[in-house]
Amino acid sequence: LVAGMPDLEEELANANFALDFLGQARMFYTYAGELEGNGRSEDDFAFLRDENEYHNLLLLERPVEHFGDSIAKLVLFETFYLAQLEALRNCDDGRIAEIATRAQKEVRYHLRHNSQWLVRLGDGTEESHARMQQSIDATWQFTGEMFTADEVDEVFANEFNGPDLAAIRERWHAEINDLLARATLTRPDDGWMASGGKTGRHTENFGYMLAEMQYLQRSHPGATW
Amino acid sequence: MSKREVWSWLEKVPDPEIPVLTIVDLGIVRDVTVGDTVSVDIAPTYSGCPATEVIETSVRSALVENGVENPVVRRVLSPPWTTDWITEEGRRKLHEYGIAPPQKSTHIACPQCDSLNTEKVSEFGSTACKAAWRCLDCLEPFEYFKCL
Repeated sequence: LVAGMPDLEEELANANFALDFLGQARMFYTYAGELEGNGRSEDDFAFLRDENEYHNLLLLERPVEHFGDSIAKLVLFETFYLAQLEALRNCDDGRIAEIATRAQKEVRYHLRHNSQWLVRLGDGTEESHARMQQSIDATWQFTGEMFTADEVDEVFANEFNGPDLAAIRERWHAEINDLLARATLTRPDDGWMASGGKTGRHTENFGYMLAEMQYLQRSHPGATW
Repeated sequence: MSKREVWSWLEKVPDPEIPVLTIVDLGIVRDVTVGDTVSVDIAPTYSGCPATEVIETSVRSALVENGVENPVVRRVLSPPWTTDWITEEGRRKLHEYGIAPPQKSTHIACPQCDSLNTEKVSEFGSTACKAAWRCLDCLEPFEYFKCL
């Protein structure tokens, strides 16, 4: 996520996003471990699960080949994530509501920064416009999955006053349409949408990401420093 | 021991990333309870702030050094910490140290020469809590404690 940005300031910005996401993930995983009650820690969830035990969005596995890919991924995801966190503030699970209240401030700050880049690149030079459009086009097929409810989404929505994905979808489309228009970019058609992340079926790139993240704990189980 | 004594110990615990501030200046000490043991509630600043664990360890040591056995340090998430929790004293110290304290205004005064003729270099800085700015009068770069 961090390296390969156009300048030092953007690398700092990306390191800051990563740090916030890491902190949020730690709070969610710690809570998951407590709920499960088998003594699994945040590290067990992060470092010792196999690929098919991860139920993340495929969008977040997309490789970043240039800065436009990074901006496309972050804007499309964080517009969704912010709406989801705002809804989670009012859910019936107090702990998740607290984490969401903390996290939404951070995500709103990222999104402001990344939305400005989307507009600057889209409405910039011929080259930046073309590359930003290409990134949006290539990423679009991974956005549908965000709004497809799985069993966890449904149970959480019905029994814990969780986020209403249909409402979030509507808000996401309105906000993204507006941003793309300001960036003079063409909104891609909603064609075929990739899915599988939420059921543990991932894209090829995810294996590389996991290998990099997990190899130390896998090669030297229990290593600490 | 009294609550007041415990607070006076906590007033000596520095923030590891901005050591000019104490954790009390930063506004992250939420509650102190003195009973069979002493418990201190700490609110984390940013979700991923690596200082959180260092602060918890420092608080525990400060209590142990003052004779508290088995102190309890709890992390509380609500009400969430925002920069509004930084005390007046904390803001003054930040400014003196050369970090512009958080402001609602979009005009950020240079902590070196107080000029308002400044510009943002980046919304992100060397730590999760700071942005990078520069002064167009004295030409010094400076850090701004971002308003959250």
